[in-house]
Amino acid sequence: MDCGKARTMLSARIDGELGPPDDEVLDRHLAECAGCSARLAPLQAASTIVAAHATRHRAPVDLAGRIEDALEEAEAPRPVGTSRFWHGIGIGAGSATLAAVAVAVALQLAQPSHDDRIADEVVAGHVRSLLAGHPVDVVSSDQHTVKPWFNGKIDYAVPVSDFAAEGFPLAGGRLDYLDHRPVAALVYRHRLHTINVFVLPAGTAARDPAVLARQGYTVERWTQGGMDFWAVSDVDAPVLGEFVALFRAQAGRR
Amino acid sequence: MSEENPSRRFSDAALPHLDAAFNLARWISRNDHDAQDIVQDAFLRAFRAFGTFRGGNAKPWLLAIVRNTSYTWLSRHRRAELEVAYDDDIHGGEDSASGNGDVGNPEALLARAEDARIVNEVLAEMPVGYREVIVLRDLEELSYKEIAQVAGLPIGTVMSRLARGRKLFATRFTTRRDGGHDGLR
Repeated sequence: MDCGKARTMLSARIDGELGPPDDEVLDRHLAECAGCSARLAPLQAASTIVAAHATRHRAPVDLAGRIEDALEEAEAPRPVGTSRFWHGIGIGAGSATLAAVAVAVALQLAQPSHDDRIADEVVAGHVRSLLAGHPVDVVSSDQHTVKPWFNGKIDYAVPVSDFAAEGFPLAGGRLDYLDHRPVAALVYRHRLHTINVFVLPAGTAARDPAVLARQGYTVERWTQGGMDFWAVSDVDAPVLGEFVALFRAQAGRR
Repeated sequence: MSEENPSRRFSDAALPHLDAAFNLARWISRNDHDAQDIVQDAFLRAFRAFGTFRGGNAKPWLLAIVRNTSYTWLSRHRRAELEVAYDDDIHGGEDSASGNGDVGNPEALLARAEDARIVNEVLAEMPVGYREVIVLRDLEELSYKEIAQVAGLPIGTVMSRLARGRKLFATRFTTRRDGGHDGLR
């Protein structure tokens, strides 16, 4: 590593933002290069001093109350067409708009908390499986091996198919944990990437299919045949979409 | 009613980050009163945009709106502060933010750092592009990825801004603490 490159990494080293192999390469360079290691100290000092002594300004005590008052009065997003409809059938425009807004916002907000938590768990499970170095408990590209492997481990049948011909070979299956229960995770490969598909029985509330971005990962969820599916990978969203389309089409044939 | 109230749902997600929002707005605007106006405006904007929030950690999402609102305020009231050029080239020119080489003994730097007034003054006088990433990292403890989201910058730029900003801070802090003569050499 040359000094120019090393010096661009010093701050990231302080912040623990350098991953392998950069961290080790940089440390080796710092051990040998007095010039670069001398530059680390003032950056570290600046960070430490600011963290320890700069004022973290706290909001005035009454600001939260003022914001809440303002929110109550705020004109929330108006659903297109809805207020006109209510207006047309003779309900007072003001209260109808408020009601429509309340319903629309409540609908928008009703799902995120639970689903977002699961989406975070899905990404965490995906990352954990990659970090552990063995993302599969049962290594097989044969759906007829993977499917029965789950028998006795979870209390529902998992649709398993191989998509090697389409560029998404089945790598195996794994038992994972999601939403407070053990669930099936199917593992697929796409070139050098790994795709995890978590399968669990659907809840009572119907879920709209959705594509979410999480920490650089793409998460796609859908409900099919009484099961919730969560696919997660670092492949680009269109590639994951292609995979999900294949998966859904195959599962739909059962 | 309050259980179903959309503003209540939003408040539950956003208000825990009110201090962080105020701190960021305060460090960008450098004024208590203006920071309050900015934060109030930002929370209203965030409320209207809450449908686009994809869940997860609300802090960087909210702080991105606070940061944008702060910059809008700056562009109206203190436009000159935004007209600073930053060398965001990650490779080469790593010394451009300040002089060369050693900025003094860090132990000595720390030993007298209890003078919080100097720390605050030096930080407040930094160009806003450096100031904000330092505040987000060292006071709000955001990851580089979150800072990139808040400030709308590539991660490489976050990295180079932090490196240059810290170097500039160390240089100015040493200079200021040593009573005006250049503590670098």
